[in-house]
Amino acid sequence: MKQSHFTLIALLLMVVAFTIAALFYNTGLEQVQNERASSNSAALIKDYSVREGDPAAKVTIVEFMDPACGTCAQFYPFVKQMMKYYTGKINLVVRYLPFHQGSDQMVAMLEAARKQDKFWPVLELMFATQTQWTHNHVAQPEIFLGIIEQSGVDVARLRMDMQDPAIQRVIKQDLADGEALGADKTPTFFVNGKPLPSFGYRQLQELVEDELQAYY
Amino acid sequence: MVDQIDVVQKTALQDRQWRFIFCAWLVAALSTLGSLFFSEVMDLIPCVLCWYQRIFMFPLALILLLALHPLDSRVWRYALPLTLVGLVMTLYHCLLFYGLIPESLQPCRQGVSCADDSMVLMGFLPIPLLSLAAFAIITALLLKVRVLAGRLPAAVIESL
Repeated sequence: MKQSHFTLIALLLMVVAFTIAALFYNTGLEQVQNERASSNSAALIKDYSVREGDPAAKVTIVEFMDPACGTCAQFYPFVKQMMKYYTGKINLVVRYLPFHQGSDQMVAMLEAARKQDKFWPVLELMFATQTQWTHNHVAQPEIFLGIIEQSGVDVARLRMDMQDPAIQRVIKQDLADGEALGADKTPTFFVNGKPLPSFGYRQLQELVEDELQAYY
Repeated sequence: MVDQIDVVQKTALQDRQWRFIFCAWLVAALSTLGSLFFSEVMDLIPCVLCWYQRIFMFPLALILLLALHPLDSRVWRYALPLTLVGLVMTLYHCLLFYGLIPESLQPCRQGVSCADDSMVLMGFLPIPLLSLAAFAIITALLLKVRVLAGRLPAAVIESL
């Protein structure tokens, strides 16, 4: 019957149009993001940024993250595994985008723990216990301060170091750099300055492997 | 002879009803896909009011499609309540967007604002206005189906 042909054709046209529009949009977006990242490459790494791995490594992953972000916590084991697997060939730079309410205090805690050489154990503990100290996407730093002792930090000293005004300047600079690079979600990864074509474990791994192949 | 004329008239009527429901479905399906494009492709986060409108728009894309094959001209009974509630939501959203309702009355407390610039597409097309147009068109088309079914005086639709 003719009418059912109408419906089928309309349905098909709509799906095709949607797919083509999405492809066009994504290609355009990818291009914009690539240009943005390459023209703002100075914003990628700052001297004060946390760095892990061999400084001579030729592949650098820059991760913009938020301690209260669930996806960042899920990505952490993956990134850690990759770091371990390619030891000496890649290093990791951590930048902060504390988008969640109260998360700037979590960043302050990380920076204070860094002064005690406990950045990674504290970050790991934060991610592992994230569901305990975030309620409805709001970080509750006081709850985590009750948990943090497990990592062996001097809590009294940590609380004092958290007040350091330099930390707020770091956060401000990281947020500004994130904006310049088009990092508006967490985690956002750049591998040797290149943004992921789209978000996902596989895309990150492929980009890292491409860069490894180019340099090693 | 009389029976034949009746049959011819009935098919003609059914064809007209089908076309109106088809057009209504097109608008609903385009709105659904468009709204999914905004959120899934363009990464615009739907505000609270957008979510309520989606709740009333998405089912229309399915219900109206089902009413086409085979033709169920009584679909207005199920679809009109959805479009009418949707219309109220979009009207409220538009009033909010154009600042005719004060900010303090709006239900968006945190997250995405229902009234900021991210609601404007390509610099000139406000999403709430698109939604209003879609719900209004579907409502008008379904009212027309209802008139054709003889359940509503033609004057009602002519006054629209």
